[in-house]
Amino acid sequence: MFESLQLLWIEPPGRGLSLLHGLFSTLQIAVGAYALGLTIGLFGALGKIHGPAPLRWLLTTYTTLIRAVPELVLILLLYYAGTSALNNGLESLGYDPIDISGLVAGIVVLGFVQGAYTTEVIRAAMMAVPKGQTEAALAYGMSRTQSIYRILIPAMIPFALPGLANLWLIVTKDTALLAVVGFFELASATKTAAGSTRNYLLFYSAAAVIYLCVTLLSNVVFRKIESRYRRGQATA
Amino acid sequence: MKSLKTLLAVTVFTAGLGMTAASADIKLGLDSAPYPPFADVDAAGKRTGFEIELGNAICKAMGETCVWTPIAWDGIIPALNSKKIDAIFASMSITAKRMKVIDFSDKYYNTPAAMVAPKSASIDGTPASVKGKIVAVQVSTTHADYAKKYFADSADEVKTYQAFDEHNNDLVAGRVDAVVGDSLAFADFLNGDAGKGFEIKAYLNDEAVFGKGVGVGLRKSDGDLRAKFNAAIAKVLEDGTYDEIAKKYFDFDIYGK
Amino acid sequence: MDWSWLPEYSDKLISGFWLTIQLLVICSTLGFLLAVPVGLVQVTGPKWLAMIARGFCTVVRGTPLLIQLWLIYYGVGELFPGIEGIRESFLWPVLRAAFPYAVLAFTLSVAGYVGEVMRGAFAGVPRGELEAARAMGMSPFKVLYRIWLPRAVQNVFPTLAGEVVLTLKATPLAATITIYELFGRSTEVRQDTFLVYEPLLLVAGIYVLLTGIIVAIFGWLENRIPKPSVA
Repeated sequence: MFESLQLLWIEPPGRGLSLLHGLFSTLQIAVGAYALGLTIGLFGALGKIHGPAPLRWLLTTYTTLIRAVPELVLILLLYYAGTSALNNGLESLGYDPIDISGLVAGIVVLGFVQGAYTTEVIRAAMMAVPKGQTEAALAYGMSRTQSIYRILIPAMIPFALPGLANLWLIVTKDTALLAVVGFFELASATKTAAGSTRNYLLFYSAAAVIYLCVTLLSNVVFRKIESRYRRGQATA
Repeated sequence: MKSLKTLLAVTVFTAGLGMTAASADIKLGLDSAPYPPFADVDAAGKRTGFEIELGNAICKAMGETCVWTPIAWDGIIPALNSKKIDAIFASMSITAKRMKVIDFSDKYYNTPAAMVAPKSASIDGTPASVKGKIVAVQVSTTHADYAKKYFADSADEVKTYQAFDEHNNDLVAGRVDAVVGDSLAFADFLNGDAGKGFEIKAYLNDEAVFGKGVGVGLRKSDGDLRAKFNAAIAKVLEDGTYDEIAKKYFDFDIYGK
Repeated sequence: MDWSWLPEYSDKLISGFWLTIQLLVICSTLGFLLAVPVGLVQVTGPKWLAMIARGFCTVVRGTPLLIQLWLIYYGVGELFPGIEGIRESFLWPVLRAAFPYAVLAFTLSVAGYVGEVMRGAFAGVPRGELEAARAMGMSPFKVLYRIWLPRAVQNVFPTLAGEVVLTLKATPLAATITIYELFGRSTEVRQDTFLVYEPLLLVAGIYVLLTGIIVAIFGWLENRIPKPSVA
């Protein structure tokens, strides 16, 4: 039993190093996808609240479809459709096709999916901000954009934080799905290591422990962020 | 807000780094799951195996730089056609069915398919012998086509797996009664600890299903790349590089007739 | 778009669809049944049992479902050759099939997530109602069955609907362990025909439809149950 634990070591014949590489890749994809999701979510929420009707309809379709289709199907569709559409578009414009690395493709695909969920979270948070604050800002002579930038967004952050923390956990776990498409991250590194050494129980348990550490650490960090943003507010 | 802006800037910057204009490198697609002795990843993360070394040698003979790009096996042909990779160098058999969507170079090896089962089993490769049993194959392979053609009626179930080692694992666990796959890829499994108690029950032949051997998968539009590969394959066969590499892994002629 | 493959593969797709429904219904039901004690024990408790439940929820929610699935299927499968006589035992047909493992993994996952939801739900039922029920002479089990559980479910009904949708979206993962549900069948079509988009789009459409049906069902149910008055 202990000889098999040796397989987790960093130096060969231990495969710990490939697991760590996988973890690094997972974190990179998760951070990138989360940031992309935040960006899409912010503009999506603003569009849903303040935008013209066609934009609102488009955004509603986007969020509804993404949240109704399994991530695995979405990942496959976006991976194939996205890159082929991009390259076809570029070729028709006369440019050479772009080579998108697996990392970027994973970030874009997951980020696009995250965007739908983030839109809903931020939208709910924005709607929870008392209208009076925006009205006061406009009364002071701030432009619409300024009122959003200076008042609405900072005020909605405490409301959005629990949902955003949850979405971070979701994106870190969704990176595992990229293993099914063959991208390199922790789940696929584990699969390869387990397959090569036939120690499935050991490696999948190790991967579970690693993911759990990431989750628990993230929980601590988010709790700190939340207490910072809620300073001065009455605790429930 | 500052942190948000920096975060955005960092993301865009990293994304930009990730996109490079199509380089002149040839992206060789291979299965992301290990397939010893043809392609494997050792503990240090280095790629090893007969196909890896042969691929590197062929690229050198062509005078090009090649980049090994792992793709999940069941998506490797679409990946080729959508230009994510430029060639498939992953023990892909040349079959009429595949030739409908892609082109192949000349073959670079040929090994027979085999059926593996527990030593004590009375399976002998005929459809009658698998009556009521569960047969496993890797998805999207000539072996899967063979199993569907011959065993779909008599066997209880033909299970398809994403990767070669997965069905071997289930064979060891007893979840399936027999597996059909490449006889050489099985050698690695049968020689290891896990493979004790199993043996090759039969070699399976059907040229219509298995094709003439394994070749490099290429897009139909890439005629000149195909010519380059063929020239390089001929070169490594002639100048002895092929035999040198093959000797490291096999003690018989893997090129086949 | 090339849809010529539909007639040939229609019965395979239908059997896959049926398998998806089976997974969804079985795992949601069993998972919910398991989630009730998991959530409840964290509110009432003996402390040690509550800690086990807490740990269970944390692990399930902290690791990807795909890893849990692979751990259960391949990990347990690895142990089989080491156990003597397992192939002759009467459990063998169940142990060797892939379906029970998917059911186990998904059920545990649902129990972990819904258990956490139920914990909040049970804690959110006004104490006064429970005390009144006890005062009226109801046994603890009756209090749970008549007052606590229904009130808790009332509070979190929309969330439960969301969890069922999430379970539906998790079913494609079963295809990675040889269960040919809807997504697995679409992969089969993709492999045979080399078509990329059409099978995926068809399957995506079916999932959207199923999600709509689930949301509609839960919406109808929500109208049937009395709305919780603001405590």
